[in-house]
Amino acid sequence: MSEIKIATREAYGKTLAALAKENGDIVVLDADLSKSTKTAESKQTAPERFINCGIAEQNMIGVAAGLAACGKTPFVSSFAVFATGRAFEQIRNSVAYPSLNVKIAATHAGITVGEDGGSHQAVEDVSLMRSLPNMTVLVPADAWETEQMVRWAAEYEGPVYLRLGRLAVPQLPAENRSFKPLSGELLLPGSDIVIFACGMMVDQAMEAAELLRTEGIKAAVANIHTIKPLDEDFIVDQAMHTGAALTVEEHSIIGGLGSAVAEALAEHCPTPMSRLGIADQFGQSGSPAALLKHYGLTPEAIAMRAKMVLARK
Amino acid sequence: MEFHSSEELARQMRRQIILMLAAAKSGHPGGSLSATDILATLYFDQMQIDPQRPDWPQRDRLVLCKGHAAPALYAALALKGYFPMEDLAGLRKLGSKLQGHPDMHKTPGVDMTTGSLGQGLSAACGMAMAGRIDGEDYNVYAILGDGETEEGQVWEAAMFASHYHLSKIIAFVDHNRLQIDGNIEDVMSPEPLEAKWQAFGWQVQRIDGHDCQAIRAAINWAKAEKDRPSVIIADTVKGKGVDFMENQVGWHGSAPNQEQAEQALAQLGGC
Repeated sequence: MSEIKIATREAYGKTLAALAKENGDIVVLDADLSKSTKTAESKQTAPERFINCGIAEQNMIGVAAGLAACGKTPFVSSFAVFATGRAFEQIRNSVAYPSLNVKIAATHAGITVGEDGGSHQAVEDVSLMRSLPNMTVLVPADAWETEQMVRWAAEYEGPVYLRLGRLAVPQLPAENRSFKPLSGELLLPGSDIVIFACGMMVDQAMEAAELLRTEGIKAAVANIHTIKPLDEDFIVDQAMHTGAALTVEEHSIIGGLGSAVAEALAEHCPTPMSRLGIADQFGQSGSPAALLKHYGLTPEAIAMRAKMVLARK
Repeated sequence: MEFHSSEELARQMRRQIILMLAAAKSGHPGGSLSATDILATLYFDQMQIDPQRPDWPQRDRLVLCKGHAAPALYAALALKGYFPMEDLAGLRKLGSKLQGHPDMHKTPGVDMTTGSLGQGLSAACGMAMAGRIDGEDYNVYAILGDGETEEGQVWEAAMFASHYHLSKIIAFVDHNRLQIDGNIEDVMSPEPLEAKWQAFGWQVQRIDGHDCQAIRAAINWAKAEKDRPSVIIADTVKGKGVDFMENQVGWHGSAPNQEQAEQALAQLGGC
């Protein structure tokens, strides 16, 4: 693992600022959080196409829809709680239903928001976005993947939800990686169990796999960066190959990656599995590290849960 | 095409609205009939549009924020030549290009998908912003219901349009004074509307929303403004043109039966 840690929101801000300069169709919208979401960088590179909407997320989504209806490619940012929660029905009816080319890049997703507490920690955003027809849902694991996704989303025609974090996270080894849109990515082969992870939990899962290896358990680790459309063939293949599955996400176990994988496996390849994530509860204040430990999202907790699944094989 | 005045086209639109709703056996006559003269004046007298090129980038846009008045919009679009008049009979039927509420992908000439109240004006803001970015000169019209202004998002959009000096936005409030549960002043008063819009930085004019001359004059007044968005508060009668529907809240969302439709058509005059 690289020692350098970068938040996915940082990578988003940098990539978008560069893209906005290159591509005159891109319009960047924010709701008074541009310093936190990092869209402020686009204000420097493309000031004529940066729109601060003020603290009014519902209107911001509608403005983005109108821009898209006129051929623009709007990128809309706020915290995930507000972007997907406050403006849910605007996303549903003004963006997803007419399938307009709006990119919703929401930062501060998950409990690693930290000290701001449960009011600001979105644990249900993927669930909300995944339920909408026409919506693509992406969760990058690190800065490199974020850049690939932002560039891909700018070219793709249709609504996209991009889930970004506040916390600086480790970089997965970039060598030999290539971003395959909408595909599951096998980072570590293994034969005993497969761990499907997304976002910053991919790195945690890799560490958990190392712990398991010391006990002779060969866990595969897969990065499921695209929650929707889900790469069902890949997931079924991995589950079939290992015979046990674990999902790990910094999100509620209801409606996110765990649910998506469970739905796919239940229908196509019933497999002993478990969903590790936020167990139907809200977050709270604390340091990100303390919160990850409290909610059981550490490499140790992942390894322990993996062994519980293995016992059911 | 034979020349018809906006007044005559409004009459023809009202006939089509009744025919459509009677055939569909559901829909919203009251708010369609109240917005008819506004739509007729816009589509047949004011808007820079081309039915042969519904996607013409430089065209004027219209967002029917009060999407339940879709039958009035469909009647205008069909009479304007966007699609055959026969298609109007398909309203609200499975697979139809004429959905219960406007769908920009299914219906040629519909600029924005609407139906959920409160969202349209925000889209109009985005369209006006796009026009500014592209250096285009098109106008963006938005038609809101008076009850619709009870939605908070309307005022977020009002603030936005004024903050960014979106003078290309010309909004109408179809002020028919009724919403589903009753008189707007009894259910949740959005009054005083003029003072509210003024306070949000818009220039405001109040007119008789059934007087095509007054509508035309107000649009020209709005077009002359180069700094602020404009809103035209149009005093209207819900169900206008059909005496048993006028000012009757019960006709917000129920269609006329065959007998009622014939009675309405007789009042509206021959085709």
